Amino acid sequence: MEFLIETILSGLMAGVMYSLVALGFVLIFKASGIFNFAQGVMCLFAALTFAGIMEKTGLPWPIAFVMTIGVMVFVAWAVERFVLRHLVNQEPIILFMVTIGLAYVLEGVGDILWGSDVKVLDIGLPSGASDYMLDNFNIYVEKLEVFAALIAAVLVGFLAIFFQKTRIGRALRAVADDHQAALSVGISLQTIWVIVWSVAGFVALVAGTLWGAKSGVQFSLSLIALKALPVLILGGFTSIPGAIVGGLIIGVGEKLAEIYVGPFVGGAIENWFAYMLALAFLLVRPQGLFGERIIERV
Amino acid sequence: MLYREAGQYKTSYQSDQAIFPIAQDRWVVWAFVAFAFLVVPFFVNDYWTNAVLLPLLIYGLAALGLNILVGYCGQISLGTGGFMAVGAYASYKLMTSFPEMNMIIVVLLSGGITAAVGSLFGLPSLRIKGFYLAVATLAAQFFLVWVFNKFGWFYNYSMTGQITAPDREVFGFLLTGPSALPWVKYLFCLTLLAVFALIAKNLVRGRLGRNWMAIRDMDIAAELIGVRPLLTKLSAFAVSSFYIGMAGSLLFSVYLGAVEVGEVFGINVSFLVLFMVIIGGLGSIVGSFLGAAFLVLLPIFLKNFMVDGLGMLPTMAKHVEILLMGLLIIFFLIVEPHGLARLWQITKEKLRMWPFPY
Repeated sequence: MEFLIETILSGLMAGVMYSLVALGFVLIFKASGIFNFAQGVMCLFAALTFAGIMEKTGLPWPIAFVMTIGVMVFVAWAVERFVLRHLVNQEPIILFMVTIGLAYVLEGVGDILWGSDVKVLDIGLPSGASDYMLDNFNIYVEKLEVFAALIAAVLVGFLAIFFQKTRIGRALRAVADDHQAALSVGISLQTIWVIVWSVAGFVALVAGTLWGAKSGVQFSLSLIALKALPVLILGGFTSIPGAIVGGLIIGVGEKLAEIYVGPFVGGAIENWFAYMLALAFLLVRPQGLFGERIIERV
Repeated sequence: MLYREAGQYKTSYQSDQAIFPIAQDRWVVWAFVAFAFLVVPFFVNDYWTNAVLLPLLIYGLAALGLNILVGYCGQISLGTGGFMAVGAYASYKLMTSFPEMNMIIVVLLSGGITAAVGSLFGLPSLRIKGFYLAVATLAAQFFLVWVFNKFGWFYNYSMTGQITAPDREVFGFLLTGPSALPWVKYLFCLTLLAVFALIAKNLVRGRLGRNWMAIRDMDIAAELIGVRPLLTKLSAFAVSSFYIGMAGSLLFSVYLGAVEVGEVFGINVSFLVLFMVIIGGLGSIVGSFLGAAFLVLLPIFLKNFMVDGLGMLPTMAKHVEILLMGLLIIFFLIVEPHGLARLWQITKEKLRMWPFPY
C-alpha cells in the first residue's frame, strides 16, 4: 500500500515537471496558434544561460536569474521581429516547421556560447528525501519534487491572475480569441506576441532550472519537450488547467505502467507509454480533456 | 527564347495529358535521366556514392513518400523514422530467412509490410486531426523503435542488437555487404526511385490523388461530395508508408549495411524528412527531390567549408552547422513558404517570357 502511494506521489511530482514544460506550449499556442516545438530547447537554453552566467561571472543566483529573464525577453523580441512578423497568416504547419528551425538555432547558440558539457545548476534548491514524510508515513518523497510542485502551483496562480485580472492579460485573451477582432479594437499583435513569448520564456526558465537542478543541464534537457507533447494533447492545446491535469495523469500513468505493466513486456516502456495513453484518450475525445470543442463547418 | 510552348499543338488527349506537356521540359528530363543512368555510373566512386548519391536517392524516396501523406493528403506525420525502421527490419528478416529471394522482391515486400503497419497507425487519423494527429504519430515513432530494440526476434538475437546486411546479389551483381560495387548500389537505388517517382506522379494525377487533395483541402466538403474518408486517408497512409518502407529498406541494406535502430531511425530522421518535404514544397513530386538534395548536400557543404576552408575545430563546426541549418530553414520558410518547387515554377514562368517580358 505504501509502495502504491509512493508510486502515485512520485508520479504526481514527475507530472508537475511535465506540466511546467507543457504550460509554455499552451501559452504560445493560445495567443498565436503556433505549435512551438522550440519550447523544450528554450528550457535548455534558459537553463544553460542561467548556469553559464553564474559560472562565468560568479554572480549570486538571483542576479543571474534576472539577467536570464532579460535574455529570454530578448529572445522573444528577436523571434517576433525577425521571424513571426514575416510569417503572419501562414499555414500552421509552416509556423510549426519554423519553430523547429528556431530550436536548431537556439541549440546552436547555446552550445557556442556556453559549451556543450554537462553543467551543474546549484542554487541551493532542497534535495534528498523528505525526512518528515519518511519518519511519519514511511513514504519516500524527493524534496526537490515537492518544491517543484509548490513552484508550479505558484506559477499557475500567478498566470491565472495575470490572465484574468490585468489589462495585458485581457488583451492576451482577446488575441487568443480572435486575432482580427483584437486588432480592430486597437490591440497590437506584435507587442502581444513579444509578451507571450517572454512569458513562455520565463516559464521555460523555471522549468529548465528545476529540471536542471534535478538532472544537470545538458542536451537531453531539450528532449523533455517530447515528454510534454502527450501531456499537451491529453489536456488540450489551449487549456492551462489541461496542461496541469494532463501532466498529472501522464506522470501517474507512466509510473504505474512502468511498475505494473512494464515487467510483462520487458520494461523501458516510459518512452512510448505516455503517447499511447494520450492516443487512446484522444480516440474518445479528439480535442483533449479541456480543449475547445472542434466545430467543423463547410 | 528557347523555352516556349508556342507552336506545340496538342492533337490528341494523350499528348494533352502528358506529364510534361512542353517539349523542352521533356527533352531536359530525358537528358537528365539519360545522364543519371548512362553517364554517372561510369564515374562514381566510393566517396561519391556513400556521401552524396545514395543518401540523396534514398532520402528522396522517403521524402516522396512523406509528401504523398503530408503534401497531398494533408495528414501530418512525425512517424517517418519508425516506418523506415519497419522497412529496414522487414528486409533484414526477409534477407536472413529467405537467402534466395531476389533483392528487388525483398525491397518491395518490405515496402508492403511497412504499408500494412502504416495503415494500422493511420487509423487514428480518421478521428484525430491536425497537430493532435502529428503528436499521435509520434506514438508510432517511439513504439516501433522500442519494439525493434526490445524483442530479439527482430534482430535474430544478435549480441550487439544491431542488424547487419548479409551479402546479396541482384542479377549476378553483388548489391549488399561491404564488398559491393558502388555503381551497382547506385543503379539499383536510381532505378527504384525512377520507377516509383513515375508511379507516384501518375497516382497523384489520377482519381486517388484527386481524392487525397480533396481531403487535404477540406475533409468535410470532400466527404459531402462523396469521397470516402476511411479509404482515402488509409490509402494515403498505406502508399506513403510503402515508399518510406522501401527507403528504410534501402537505407539499411544498400547504404549503411549495419543499423542500430535508436540511432539511425530516431525522431531526428522524422524531422529531417519532414523538413525535406516542406523545404522542397508540399504537394510536389519534384519538390521532394529538391528538398532531399538541399538537406543532404547542405550539411556536407557546410562541414567541408568550415572545417577545411576556415580551419574550425570539428566540434565547434558541428555547433555552427546546427545554428546555420536552423537559420537557413527559417530563412527559406520566410522567403518562400511554398518551397523550392515553387521557386522552380516561378523560374519556369519567367523563362517563358524571357527575354521580352512584356
